[in-house]
Amino acid sequence: MTVKELANNINAKILAGNNGVENEVTCGYCGDLLSWVMGRAKESSAWVTVMGNVNAVAVAVLADISCIVLAENSALDEDAKIKADEHDIPILRTDIPQYELCVAIEKLLK
Amino acid sequence: MSESVKLSFPVLADDFSHAGEASGSLKRTLKKLGIDMEVIRRVSIAVYEGEINMVIHADGGVIDAEISAESIEVWLRDKGPGIKDVELAMQEGYSTARDHIRALGFGAGMGLPNIKKYTDEMSIETEIGVGTTVYLKVNIT
Ligand SMILES: Nc1ncnc2c1ncn2[C@@H]1O[C@H](COP(=O)(O)OP(=O)(O)OP(=O)(O)O)[C@@H](O)[C@H]1O
Ligand SMILES: [Mg+2]
Repeated sequence: MTVKELANNINAKILAGNNGVENEVTCGYCGDLLSWVMGRAKESSAWVTVMGNVNAVAVAVLADISCIVLAENSALDEDAKIKADEHDIPILRTDIPQYELCVAIEKLLK
Repeated sequence: MSESVKLSFPVLADDFSHAGEASGSLKRTLKKLGIDMEVIRRVSIAVYEGEINMVIHADGGVIDAEISAESIEVWLRDKGPGIKDVELAMQEGYSTARDHIRALGFGAGMGLPNIKKYTDEMSIETEIGVGTTVYLKVNIT
């Protein structure tokens, strides 16, 4: 599934990184501790988090994460948005709580 | 690649918005050289963990990388406070990060263990009050 298809399916807004929306999503990861994500998330993951800062975008770039999905309407910092646009990392946002969001994404990926 | 490629990147202290630029440029260079994507991913994550440690725990420093046909070697040197107990620092979950750093998503105590996990060789040289050098190596084949 592409990031764009994922966004449509979970009714998420794409806030940044529009050039990356054709990225393929093959799996998911959930968490807010950055080193945890780098140690465990697989490449081409959709990463569900509430961490909308510039460091999260750096992690996504370096760990080949396909998109960041901000749950519970969490905030996206302006410098994070700029970095995401620069590196084509799509950032999606929805008001769905983290747990429900992961369940929904898992169903779509099955 | 007949000759090795050498790169050097400065890392600034307390600069969270630019942290990741050294690992990012190294990653772009590795891509241009056509190195295997999985190798690139391992190097990128390991170097970012070291880079961010230089920003958070030391006063910045310099990252040197050497890319040859066989391997990628990286030295992350800082003149920070040094690490008192390296064995303890290497344990998953050990962190001295303060609250304002944790609020950014760091401080899980997983950075050094991640460097070990993603590399073929890793070593730490450190002296209290003098600084720390983290060395890492990822084999290409
Ligand atoms: N370059 C360094 N200079 C001084 N101390 C360091 C350095 N790198 C690591 N440390 C010490 O080792 C500890 C463990 O480092 P590690 O990277 O594993 O975890 P962390 O940086 O605290 O959290 P995380 O990496 O999960 O965000 C740090 O909390 C710090 O006390
Ligand atoms: Mg760390």
